[in-house]
Amino acid sequence: MATSPLRSLQPGSEDRGIARRRVTNRAMTVLLAVVMAITLAVLAWVLIYVADQGLKALSPQFLTQTPPGNPALTGGGFANGIVGSLIIVGIATVISVPIGIAAAVALVEYGGRFADTVSFATDVLVGIPSIVTGAFIYAIWVTRFGYSGLAGSFALALVMLPLVIRASAEMLRLVPDVLREASAALGVTRARTTLSVVLPSATAGITTGVMLAVARAMGETAPLLLTALGDDEFMQTHPTAPMSTLSLQIFDNAVTGFKASQGRAWAGALTLILIVLILTIAARIIGRRVSSARS
Amino acid sequence: MSMTDPVETASAVGLSPVTRADGRIDVSDLTATYHGRPAVSGVSLAIEPRRVTALIGPSGSGKSTVLRCMNGLHMTVRGASVTGHVAVDDVNIYRPGVDLVQVRRYVGMVFQRPNPFPTMSIAQNVAAGLRLGGRRRRAGARLEEVVERSLRGAGLWEEVKDRLDKPGAGLSGGQQQRLCIARSLAVEPQVLLMDEPCSALDPISTMVIEELIEQLKRDYTVVIVTHNMQQAARVSDTTAFMTVDGPGQPGHLVEVAPTKEIFSQPKEQATMDYITGKVG
Amino acid sequence: MSTPTTAPDAETLADRLRHRGANADAAFRVVVFGAAGLVLLALLGMVVFVLVQAWPAISHYGFFSFVSSDRWAPSDATPTATHPNPYGIVQFIYGTAITSLIGMVIAVPVSIAVALFITDVAIPWLRRPLSYLVDLLAAIPSVVYGFWGIFALIPALSPIVNHIASALAGVPGLNVVFGGPFFGVSYFTAGVVLAIMVLPIVTALCREVFATAPVDEKEAALALGMTRWEMLRTAVLPRSLSGIWGAAILGLGRALGETIAVTMVIGNSVLGINHSIFSEGATMASVIANEFTEATEPFHRSSLFVVAFWLLIIALIVNIAGKLVIRRIRGDLA
Repeated sequence: MATSPLRSLQPGSEDRGIARRRVTNRAMTVLLAVVMAITLAVLAWVLIYVADQGLKALSPQFLTQTPPGNPALTGGGFANGIVGSLIIVGIATVISVPIGIAAAVALVEYGGRFADTVSFATDVLVGIPSIVTGAFIYAIWVTRFGYSGLAGSFALALVMLPLVIRASAEMLRLVPDVLREASAALGVTRARTTLSVVLPSATAGITTGVMLAVARAMGETAPLLLTALGDDEFMQTHPTAPMSTLSLQIFDNAVTGFKASQGRAWAGALTLILIVLILTIAARIIGRRVSSARS
Repeated sequence: MSMTDPVETASAVGLSPVTRADGRIDVSDLTATYHGRPAVSGVSLAIEPRRVTALIGPSGSGKSTVLRCMNGLHMTVRGASVTGHVAVDDVNIYRPGVDLVQVRRYVGMVFQRPNPFPTMSIAQNVAAGLRLGGRRRRAGARLEEVVERSLRGAGLWEEVKDRLDKPGAGLSGGQQQRLCIARSLAVEPQVLLMDEPCSALDPISTMVIEELIEQLKRDYTVVIVTHNMQQAARVSDTTAFMTVDGPGQPGHLVEVAPTKEIFSQPKEQATMDYITGKVG
Repeated sequence: MSTPTTAPDAETLADRLRHRGANADAAFRVVVFGAAGLVLLALLGMVVFVLVQAWPAISHYGFFSFVSSDRWAPSDATPTATHPNPYGIVQFIYGTAITSLIGMVIAVPVSIAVALFITDVAIPWLRRPLSYLVDLLAAIPSVVYGFWGIFALIPALSPIVNHIASALAGVPGLNVVFGGPFFGVSYFTAGVVLAIMVLPIVTALCREVFATAPVDEKEAALALGMTRWEMLRTAVLPRSLSGIWGAAILGLGRALGETIAVTMVIGNSVLGINHSIFSEGATMASVIANEFTEATEPFHRSSLFVVAFWLLIIALIVNIAGKLVIRRIRGDLA
């Protein structure tokens, strides 16, 4: 006896097949959700652990004092690392941002075979291990002039450069062509058009990109090992001398055996995470305002 | 394709031929290509000074391309090239060594979509061409003069004189387009090219701009590309009809004549077909 | 309405062209293309100058002697002896490979799951916040991951790992790969940390790929009566395979170069290849970071540059391969 095909739509008449498929579907949904939850849990774990350990040792003096001469003693702080980070990342930003924006202008406003090659090279540069970048700067600068904060800046500038170029190029591409045409139709040169019409329109977006690049640079340690070297004990503000950064200081202090040093390292880690997170989130907020203003 | 002798045209409509060649464009045998593919070919056309010339024709006929060849904007696209002459007041602008940037201050352009610079105020927009270009900087009071004069010339002064420092993008579509016209006028061109200036606007704004064109032709040569035949009939003194024979073919000029003539007694069948709506 | 009249003796075009000089566009072009050229210079410079620094060791010991030995013993080096090469780097290549492999084995399935969840399972308004949170993992600095790895991850992993090691103790073959004792720092720990660090990139790329699956195909699958999971399996995943590959390759490129977090949790044992993933080891990046500033033996620093050179070449190859795959996929989509 043939069964009506509509039979299976009536409740209670489902065959085993559909039930099994429903179970599989439910199981997979749960699995995906669980994996998502685990990922978020790991994020929370890292942030909470660092906050927990860091708060124990964080104090105003942490931000204003250098470490005590005896690493076993508590107290003191990473003021030298914080100042060093500001100086080294600051110089790196001053170097990489103008060059990066200019290169992005070449890629977007002019184009051509050469520009395509540079675009590819930029993407490749992003993927270079930062320790190799440090080795490169060591090879061309430190061998001649010694370890210094300046060398560290060059290394970080190389790390930041492709990020700045990518962000700037993306923002420049978003500026509508009609604006360039309108400016050209007024008899304004390419240079002036780019500087006074195109770039101002892209400013907010480029700022976002720069902030993200700065956040990345603040977190870098490996290239600085080979260039800035670090100076854990003393405050150093002259870029031509070896200099510590917050990231270097965390590294140096974390791997010692002294509890007190490790405590300071945790406070440093918390500080560094806070700086990076603030930069990242602020950049996102600005970025969102840019794209909604545009639409 | 028929070409009218400009002297003949001028006397035919009862005007003495203009002796100072201010704002005259002579296009001869123009072929414009993108990456080797011609968009228009063999166009020859005389644009009379202090007149309104309309370019009409179906889409794809190359009207905008011809317009862009008149101020060299066609050359800003990668892979674009031009053969033939475009002479602006007897200067062939495609002769090697001619600075097209300078040409564009002499031959201004208004686009289909109003495009005020978003980061600038109304006054800054109008002054943009002056502030951003050339070695002659005009500062302070002279700039204000020019801004007012240009806005009056575009018929926008009364509406915006109290908010000159507000963003240019805060105006209505029709006002924005007049702002763009004012911006073009501020650099004191002799010719104003208009690429379908009303097609993105509402009928009332369109009417305002058409009236403006009537005024503008006293002091400027106007070339307007339009897909709206009635508009061409309303505003222009001379009309040129272009068409394209098939997809992938270059556009070409069919006929150019005083507007009244071309709409009542066109010489070419193709023109007649277009005007009566048989093709379009 | 009075319109301004242009003066009857206005400058003709010919006059204007005569008066003006050349504009500054040529100089501007030179400047911006010069800046662009610096990028190429930096890339080429890296390869060249790393090689230059590595040259003393290469010319002394011979190019291939480095990759034919797994014995790294700087104290054995003398200024004159050229054989055997005390700077064998095979165990570092092994370390880089194995830690990256462990990292990818963990990260790729997880990334696919997370990306699928975000694009197709989660409630739409959750998509942006979830993406942001996953991307936040990428913002955490490497040194913080290493630090957390030592003090939080290792104690948590120890019981699990010891369980696995003792459970597999009797299984021949597996008890070598998964053999104890586990002292915390190990290839495995480094692999886990790498997985966490690489996750955001791979997830972001997978999200991009999944989001471009055509809605029509998805709806067609659902219209055939498929459950959501079956629809994903038919209309989304199969066409995304090459995109997932590209994401994995680029993630691998990132994992290869990671230095500080790995150094802190891998143990930095340079004596040779250890066969258990639970034992200590070193990677190319970690040995450079670890020994560079104290490299005083003959040809020590130069040999570290040899390591850097090989690391650079491998990273370049992997990254260029990944770029080409992604480019082809983006081109297919466009």
